[in-house]
Amino acid sequence: MKKRIGIGVCMGAMVVAAAFLTAGRVRGERVPQKEAAAAMEVKIDNFTFAPVTITVPAGTKVSWVNRDDIPHTVVSDDKTTFKSKALDTDDKFSFTFDKPGTYPYFCSIHPKMTGKVVVQ
Amino acid sequence: MARYIKRNEQTDGIDRRGFLKCMAWAGTGTLCVIKGGVLNSYAFSGIGDLDPADMKGELSFAQISDSHMGFNKAANPDVAATLKAAVDKINGLTVAPEFLLHTGDISHLSKPEEFDAVDQILKSAKPQDVFYVPGEHDVLNDDGKQFLERYGKGSKGAGWYSFEKKGVHFIGLVNVMNLKAGGLGTLGHEQLEWLEEDLKPLTASTPVIVFAHIPLWAVYPQWGWDTEDSAQALSYLKRFGSVSVLNGHIHQIMQKVEGNITFHTAASTAFPQPQPGQADSPGPMKVPAEQLRGLLGITDVTYVQGRHALAIVDTKLEETR
Repeated sequence: MKKRIGIGVCMGAMVVAAAFLTAGRVRGERVPQKEAAAAMEVKIDNFTFAPVTITVPAGTKVSWVNRDDIPHTVVSDDKTTFKSKALDTDDKFSFTFDKPGTYPYFCSIHPKMTGKVVVQ
Repeated sequence: MARYIKRNEQTDGIDRRGFLKCMAWAGTGTLCVIKGGVLNSYAFSGIGDLDPADMKGELSFAQISDSHMGFNKAANPDVAATLKAAVDKINGLTVAPEFLLHTGDISHLSKPEEFDAVDQILKSAKPQDVFYVPGEHDVLNDDGKQFLERYGKGSKGAGWYSFEKKGVHFIGLVNVMNLKAGGLGTLGHEQLEWLEEDLKPLTASTPVIVFAHIPLWAVYPQWGWDTEDSAQALSYLKRFGSVSVLNGHIHQIMQKVEGNITFHTAASTAFPQPQPGQADSPGPMKVPAEQLRGLLGITDVTYVQGRHALAIVDTKLEETR
């Protein structure tokens, strides 16, 4: 009797452990280990966001780093979802995209500079 | 050194073709003076030979722009030094300007110490009255609150205002707020309505000078060098006999004449930028150190009452070979 209960508890613990391990994954999808852990980086240089469009899984933390010799900002088109301070050379701004959707953004100092984050 | 351009009579008596030709030389320090419709052009080095009566204006002011205090990259590691050199140029002008216009990008990152540094340097300028309009670098992080506190007394909205000097009507406009993705400079409804009202009581013979940071004409929209709703503003100015629009932002001298409106952009006191389309992007342009000051400068403006338009002279910080 003791043995069975022991095994049951063990199995239960394993199931719980497995549940914890899979928490944070997109429901119903097996996301490759590498993508889920990645933080995407967008480089700002020469008045350009590179890559201009990125596609990431929900939950990704995207970081923008300014390698240009002039300050830039990263502001969502609606001006509320995300809005960085002015980034001087080598400054960084990050935002974690939890919700799927398309997020166009621009530099509010040089509004012709635009980019897009697609979250799946 | 005076060269008279062939008179070309039009209904308003202005030698327009000659004026355009003259304006093209202005970037190298040529003085264009319009007297009774006839253009005289003088190479800047020959100014000493001129009859002072030709040069004397009733109103004289200087424009500086794009000091970008706080910028310290390769294109100019010492923007304070070049701003000081600009002040020296102003103080060395034969006819002392009565006041200064600063057409924006006073600071580079809207930092208090950057604004303070510019204020400090301008303390040694002979003209102590300075009228400012903000550039996009002056309204970072706080929607322009700091700019308004420092320079916006008596202004409306984001910092627009007008004033009179010796019968000339000056209007400072703000076109760097609420910029939209993919957009250009913008004036906005509130400011345009104010402008229309502000101009209403003026007679058409009142000379008008408008100054704003981003050009009010399409210099190069691909780089954002344009204002999306300036056409409406210009329509209010159309009835005036003499309108001058002074801008900055593009860090190089450019001019255009359209009807009675003369558009002129000033050089920066900090760093030059490439000519439209001559580079991938409009960022700071690195040049050999000995060439830098030849691409920076101030603009000296003289208005002579009874004569048709302004004499606009761009002076480099240093004549280079």
